[in-house]
Amino acid sequence: MKLHTLAHSRTGDKGDTSNISIIAYRAEDYPLLCEQLTAERVAEYFAGLLEPGAAPVRRYELPNVQALNFVLPGILRGGVTRSLALDAHGKCLGSALLDLDLAIHP
Amino acid sequence: MKTLRIGSGAGYSGDRIEPAVELAERGDLDYLVFECLAERTIALAQQARISDPAGGYDPLLSERMRRVLPFVGDKTGRRLRVITNMGAANPVSAAIEVRRIASELGLDLKVIAVVGDDVLDVLHADFLLDNGQTVGSLGERLISANAYLGVEGILEALRADADVVITGRVADPSLFLAPQMFEFGWAADDWQRLGRGTLVGHLLECAGQVSGGYFADPGFKDVDDLARLGFPLAEIDADGEALITKVADSGGRVSRATCTEQLIYEVHDPAAYLTPDVTADFSQVGFVEEAVDRVRAQGAGGRARPERLKVSVGYLDGWIGEGQMSYGGPGAVARAELARAVVLKRLELMGVKMQDVRAELIGMDALHGPRSTVEPWEVRLRVAARCEERSEAVRVGNEVETLYTNGPSGGGGASKSVRQVVAVASLLLPRDAVNPRIEA
Repeated sequence: MKLHTLAHSRTGDKGDTSNISIIAYRAEDYPLLCEQLTAERVAEYFAGLLEPGAAPVRRYELPNVQALNFVLPGILRGGVTRSLALDAHGKCLGSALLDLDLAIHP
Repeated sequence: MKTLRIGSGAGYSGDRIEPAVELAERGDLDYLVFECLAERTIALAQQARISDPAGGYDPLLSERMRRVLPFVGDKTGRRLRVITNMGAANPVSAAIEVRRIASELGLDLKVIAVVGDDVLDVLHADFLLDNGQTVGSLGERLISANAYLGVEGILEALRADADVVITGRVADPSLFLAPQMFEFGWAADDWQRLGRGTLVGHLLECAGQVSGGYFADPGFKDVDDLARLGFPLAEIDADGEALITKVADSGGRVSRATCTEQLIYEVHDPAAYLTPDVTADFSQVGFVEEAVDRVRAQGAGGRARPERLKVSVGYLDGWIGEGQMSYGGPGAVARAELARAVVLKRLELMGVKMQDVRAELIGMDALHGPRSTVEPWEVRLRVAARCEERSEAVRVGNEVETLYTNGPSGGGGASKSVRQVVAVASLLLPRDAVNPRIEA
């Protein structure tokens, strides 16, 4: 099942770092997100975009709003102001992450 | 104690104007706040000020003020005041402009500028930036250095009975926290309430982003009437407990989901959201929908403020040249791939001096690398390069354009552009190096 069916997302930027929220639509799906959406899994998903040698991806939990916050240092290569990227702010990253496949336990 | 009503009239410099007018007219507000400064806006504004010493403030300042000033003062039963960072690189000139407009409209308003964020003179050559360079290494390319001020200057302006407060760089949530501290008499070290007030500011600072803007995903998250999106307002009590809503009958939506997206927006560690005023803790925040488009925010906290202030340093960093060309129909991707290879080869053969180059197919791999598995009907080649010299950057777009008569078949809609790179880096300064004050 695609993450898109269980959660929504918004991406923010500060310097060359993105933060991506993943928010469960239903509280009962939050434990599944916590279990499967590890910082390592997100780092692997964006491996082609992350800067080699940048600080590792971090994950923060916000249980009262059933959300995870992923912080991805260096993914906005050179930062918003110098980047050659079409989406220099990385605003579309969260939508891309929603394509991730979740394993659903029977 | 009364309920304080603060509205958000802009989430960025170019934002829509009529939702702010709607708030001023029908929001029953005490304060209307316009947040208009992105990371490098001041550096760009500083360039404008160099060419025009009376310029360097927000280009929409005059239009916004002309539209909302008629509602400022005791016009709606409450006394409406305006707080904005639209002063950008020149709050004093911006205040003069607002006084001119008020006078044209026959209004007697007190307009006060907050200054002291410009710390260019305080920087030393050996100060280290977060990108590893020293301030000195920027030499003549250094444009601007602005500290993120907190509430102090705005509080002073409100105590001086300002109707309109115009600042340069102030931390976004501080624009909203200051009127709460002023109205409720919160102490500068009342960290719990300052944390709550900062949450209100954080939720409101991007205007429509908490009231249904930047949220819709058809079939998953639908939002009514985005074309008439209403901007948000907060109803706040003396303890900083707040409810987020918007003007009745405006477009958009305020829900747990919209509030949650904005809660985490541009936040790293939710337990330590740093502003000049407080280390706010959003990690335990929750939202309750009390009615349609009425959401209560709960659970914010705060700890002592950081000792040092963040400074954004703007500097010139070469030029970006760019060219684009579209391909459509059967084989569009193959022809665009060929066009990409041709342009890259040409840039090499012609010896164009580039620091960095990027060539991508919009529709295939431009945003997130090669993830697409379907062949689209149309794709658009985009080549962008950063160059030290403008003359070199110009050649990038030119090479893309020559695909018309020299590249693969069927390219169309060429465009090219060149822009100067105004980059931003940051450093931290001790508080006592920064002196916020007002100029009436």
